[in-house]
Amino acid sequence: MSRQIVMPFGPQHPVLPEPIHLDLVLEDETVVDVIPSIGYVHRGLETLVEKRQFPEYVYIAERTCGICSFIHGMTYCQGVERVMGLEVPERAHYLRTIWSEYSRLHSHLLWLGLFADGMGFENLFMNAWKHREFVLDVMEETTGGRVIQGSCKVGGVRRDIDQETLKKMERDLKGFEKGLKEMANVFLNDDSIASRLRGVGVLSRNDAYVCGAVGPTGRGSGVPIDIRMTGYAAYGEVDFSPVVEEDGDCYARCAVRVNELFSSIEIIRQLIDRIPGGEIEVKVKGNPDGEYFSRSEQPRGELVHYVKGNGTKYLARSRIRTPTLTNIPPLVKMLQGCELADVPVIVLSIDPCIGCMER
Amino acid sequence: MAFFEMAKTAIRSFVGKPATRRYPFVPGKVTPLSRGHVTIDVSSCISCGMCMKKCPSEAICVNKEEKTWIIDRLRCIVCNSCVEVCPVHCLTMDTVYSPAVTTHSGLEVFYITYVKPERPPKADSVDENKEQA
Repeated sequence: MSRQIVMPFGPQHPVLPEPIHLDLVLEDETVVDVIPSIGYVHRGLETLVEKRQFPEYVYIAERTCGICSFIHGMTYCQGVERVMGLEVPERAHYLRTIWSEYSRLHSHLLWLGLFADGMGFENLFMNAWKHREFVLDVMEETTGGRVIQGSCKVGGVRRDIDQETLKKMERDLKGFEKGLKEMANVFLNDDSIASRLRGVGVLSRNDAYVCGAVGPTGRGSGVPIDIRMTGYAAYGEVDFSPVVEEDGDCYARCAVRVNELFSSIEIIRQLIDRIPGGEIEVKVKGNPDGEYFSRSEQPRGELVHYVKGNGTKYLARSRIRTPTLTNIPPLVKMLQGCELADVPVIVLSIDPCIGCMER
Repeated sequence: MAFFEMAKTAIRSFVGKPATRRYPFVPGKVTPLSRGHVTIDVSSCISCGMCMKKCPSEAICVNKEEKTWIIDRLRCIVCNSCVEVCPVHCLTMDTVYSPAVTTHSGLEVFYITYVKPERPPKADSVDENKEQA
């Protein structure tokens, strides 16, 4: 048996935009075990819930993550609305779902770019971010913010999208989809990418289930787990099925995200076609008293916001569980037995969002 | 499997127009809804302090005695809350982002020039009061 050495990976590493530290136990060039450690960017956002009134906490909930900010705000609002027994108008649900799907497009394109960058494919990285710019422009036109939308509030949404803009959004999706197809072809069919990803970081279906993998990490291993299927917001009104791949390697996780881009576009089309008219918000009276676990599907997986009210304007407790935290045990499983040179690609393949995870 | 799948896109990008704009020579893209920075019309502000109460980041300070409206641009998160609650609509959201600062102070002080119009005394009510006395 050869000698084992421990090699630190992170918190500062060229492929990681955010800080996570992994102690890799190596035997020659093979990783035999991994000890992850987190806690570099803890901000204490959950404590702020005691110092800000519950309608204002939406802004803080949104700032948990810089990529899927809208879904954080929406999930928090859903929790408070359920505690207070508010009936949100149907149109608000549809608008929230449209923005959620645009967030998913934006997040997946960002990740695909970073992933290509991690593999050393700079050209593809630039191309993915060029497409992402289209999504950000739509976000700014409809909400006023590119990354932090601020359009969700307790009781509904802040801004409406008029019919003309909705039609324009639908028209523009056609050209956008054409560009995406060209890019997807590179991700799914190019030989250099396939040789870098196929058979790397395999997570079996059983391991994914036992370790609690969520989102594209779980779906890439054949576990059809998608919270959107529970039909929160307006997801119950659209026809779609979760994108699942069976192989469980980095290529499968990449393929899930590429195919989800087209699935999201299809959902947005259906929503724009079926969106009803009417009010976009209800008046909020009283204070929340009670508790609720609000769940939603982030681009990275299942997100849980726990809210507990005590009948005052200030909530008693808030707890956020983000998908990256859940995907750390599967990551450890994937890394065991891989080559040292494959570690960056495997770490990126779970789409880690550390700022989100440590809150 | 195929090689050079990216070649077509790469050649088109090489020959075509650049995807980015040459900022700052070409101004950034803004939309009518873009949230740039908050502006105030000092001649119509009634110093009610609603914006100060509703600001989630405590960036606004309204002083009634000194008649000042102070905003900390570095604290402001441009959420549009103050603009929504202003009862006299003296706050507006400008679409252009505030410029970068070189010192660690984003405080901006505005002096409110609004003067409350005096109510003309009601002749009838004055007479009635006298009669009652």
